[in-house]
Amino acid sequence: MVTRLKRSPWLLLAPSIVFMLVLFGWPLVQGLVVSASGDAWGRLFGDTYFLQALRNTLLLIVIVVPVQLVLAVAMALLVQARPRLLSGHFYLWTIPLAVSELAAGLVWLSVFDNRGYLNSFLVWLGLSEDGVQWLNYTNTGTMLLAVVVAEVWRATSLVFVIVVAGIQMVPRDYDEAAQVFGASFWQRLWHVTLPQLKPSLQVALILRTILALQAFAVAQALTGRNFPLLVGEAYQWYVNLQNPPVASAAALVVLAISLITAVLYLRTMRQQGAQR
Amino acid sequence: MSEVVLHELVKTYPGGTTRATDEVSLRIADGEFMVLLGPSGCGKTTLLRMLAGLDTPDAGQIVIGGKDVTYLEPRRRNLSMVFQSYAVFPNKKVFDNIGFGLKVKGVPAAEIRRKVEWAADLLQLTPYLDRYPAKLSGGQRQRVAVARAIVVDADVLLMDEPLSNLDALLRLSFRAELKKLVSDLGITTVYVTHDQVEALSLGDRVAVMRDGRIVQCGAPVEVYANPADEFVGGFLGSPPMNFLSGTVGGDGAELHIDFGGQTMPVPSALASYQGKQLKLGIRPEAVTVDAGETGLRCAVEVFEPLGSSTLLTTDVCGQPLKVTAPASFRAEPGERLWLRLPPEQCRWYDPETQLLVEAKE
Amino acid sequence: MTTTLPEIDRRPLRRRQWRRAGVQVACIVITLFMALPIVLIGLTAVSSSAAFAEFPRPFIPSGFSGETLTSFIEATGTIPALGNSLLVGVYTVVLSLLVGAPAGYALARYAFRGKDTYQVFMLLARALPIVVLSVPLATMFLDAGVYDTVFAVTLLHTTLAMPTTVLISASVFVSVPTDLEEAARVFGCGRFEAARRVVFPLAAPGLAAASIFTFVLSWNEIFGAAVITLGHRTLPAQVLASLGEAPQAYRFAGGFALILPALVFILVMRRYLVNMWGTTLR
Repeated sequence: MVTRLKRSPWLLLAPSIVFMLVLFGWPLVQGLVVSASGDAWGRLFGDTYFLQALRNTLLLIVIVVPVQLVLAVAMALLVQARPRLLSGHFYLWTIPLAVSELAAGLVWLSVFDNRGYLNSFLVWLGLSEDGVQWLNYTNTGTMLLAVVVAEVWRATSLVFVIVVAGIQMVPRDYDEAAQVFGASFWQRLWHVTLPQLKPSLQVALILRTILALQAFAVAQALTGRNFPLLVGEAYQWYVNLQNPPVASAAALVVLAISLITAVLYLRTMRQQGAQR
Repeated sequence: MSEVVLHELVKTYPGGTTRATDEVSLRIADGEFMVLLGPSGCGKTTLLRMLAGLDTPDAGQIVIGGKDVTYLEPRRRNLSMVFQSYAVFPNKKVFDNIGFGLKVKGVPAAEIRRKVEWAADLLQLTPYLDRYPAKLSGGQRQRVAVARAIVVDADVLLMDEPLSNLDALLRLSFRAELKKLVSDLGITTVYVTHDQVEALSLGDRVAVMRDGRIVQCGAPVEVYANPADEFVGGFLGSPPMNFLSGTVGGDGAELHIDFGGQTMPVPSALASYQGKQLKLGIRPEAVTVDAGETGLRCAVEVFEPLGSSTLLTTDVCGQPLKVTAPASFRAEPGERLWLRLPPEQCRWYDPETQLLVEAKE
Repeated sequence: MTTTLPEIDRRPLRRRQWRRAGVQVACIVITLFMALPIVLIGLTAVSSSAAFAEFPRPFIPSGFSGETLTSFIEATGTIPALGNSLLVGVYTVVLSLLVGAPAGYALARYAFRGKDTYQVFMLLARALPIVVLSVPLATMFLDAGVYDTVFAVTLLHTTLAMPTTVLISASVFVSVPTDLEEAARVFGCGRFEAARRVVFPLAAPGLAAASIFTFVLSWNEIFGAAVITLGHRTLPAQVLASLGEAPQAYRFAGGFALILPALVFILVMRRYLVNMWGTTLR
């Protein structure tokens, strides 16, 4: 990178800064202000739905994000192996990228619904009489499962695409050198490929966590309010309960968690980088 | 025993129209330093990669130490390699880089330490063991790559143009170091380069390649002095071999070649070329400027003082002829000189096949 | 002195074949996971209502009917909504590139204080749930008189897309070597001209990747658009609105109709998806 002394970069950055300040900064301030009115925060934290939502959201992230990372890396490695019909596989693996949350929720609803495909399949196999009530509000375990599966399906493509792009950047030489010196596939993965993928994985991790915190349409489509999530609650408070202050408060909780996790990630990565 | 046998190896890259290697066969003795020399695209790197197992041959066989390894995965071949780009792992310290080959094979830590320190000492890397490659210069990284390669007890050492990314001075000094190092270790080595000076200096034998085939293979002195064809003559030596075309005339024992005005005697063994075209090959350093008025008459076109010698580009009957003269020699462009071409230094080539023609009596 | 060569060992070739078979099986499993749900909802969307009501629902519907699907497509507002979505998508791509790409260029070529802060700030813009974002924006738009317009939705979507656009274009520009720009400047090009002639053609595939993400984001964005529009809805907002009280079959048809454009879009654009670091799918 060359540091130009003549013109500063701020000219190039200015439009984006202005844009974001007006269209994001201002709403953010508004949100803070609105949430301070009344006893919005008190009501929020006292609401059982909110606590459940907090628990569910964190649970979801802790499960979904690692699963997706591992799956995306596995998929990227499969792509690297250049199997036959690669472009067919690649195409189908990236379709969920373009599918809206709403559509994704509906897609999996047709599977997990009481009269859906999964139950039809189980009954047809003779494994069950009427099928399992996957989405019943009493079955928190299966609800979680359904939402996890749907989210993994919906969002792995994003991580996948980021990781594939990252793998392409790794020069072939390193892997070849490792091969000649006797490293097995797993050794190469551990010593060569994954370290080189670190930047892409970092980006994917942060992005995916932030987006996962926002997940709600899928759970909404599958379970209604039976599996509350933070953003879903924010939406409920705003639309159904006509209570903007509490909605803002809920949304700000999401923002706070995002901020904390982003800072945490960046700090751990910086530590690892500082070991050099 | 780490004898290497390459037998009729054929490789065409997908999408390629010509063969990268065309039934190449080569035998490399145990402990020999074999150089594969040739211009880019001649197939030398392909050959090396097949030897390493990084590419699979379409046909042919590779045997190392009496064991067939034609299709064997690279990691099972017990080789080591120095890459042109060094391929030193950026996320590992120098110590871990050098010890990589040992670590993945499960060698105990104490032994790794012993061997790594030995290799680092040989390559003067001991002060840098705790550093990351990013903090090293290109030359130092190259040493790490070499250290990594010698620390494993490999059957064959492969090198893919390891010196080409170094600057000229470093290249020179490291070349000598490398030669001594490899000869002390006594390991079978296959070395790929496009630099003919490296090839001549380092190799026990040089295999000159072109268009996927080995054109000539022999000791450096032999390949230099008796090039098998015009290509080899022109590729080795700086400046390259001169070639003069002419028609053979005369009869019986009095054969001569006519360059278009001037003539030179031709060995009687080449009587079959009477009346036909023939090419004379002679190295610039073999041509001497004659005080007397014998030999060939030329006109000086360019005079280049090179410090250790003088390079003259002359014109003989319309054909260019380069002459290497002593450093003290002086000549002006346009000056006319007499050149002596010693018969024992002359090589004869068939203009059509471009092959060396035997001229021994 | 020729010694006979040992026989060629073909076991490694067999190992390789087993490995390739294993890879293919793994790929197929994942592909089934990804594709099956779409196939299923597609079949549901074209099932006749009788077939839909069956339980257990067979894989291949007993009766086909285009009824639900056509009635969904012909429902009022669907076609104009489609047009709105397209417009908003294109405008968002253009606007976010205009504002975001120069910022990405600055991140790539310059080191400056506040760089990290800027990047974190950008990233966090994505972290604020849209509900909170869109409500104050709606008020702002109302005051500015642009409520319920394509322009308003464009602004909202550009705000959402800005972080990814900036970050992706930053990495794309990093991958364009500076020597090329400098060579152009030596040959007499001004700063801007050098960028235009040299950098942008090389960065184009990567910027195309950023555009794909932006377009998809905008196309699928529902809730913000739903909040700030009324009569000029985008397609997903429209679907959401009409979906509220509809029977399940109708909803599935709607879901499938939303997926169709995605299928076509990815088919066309998949090559560019991995260009974001400036590389192409080898």
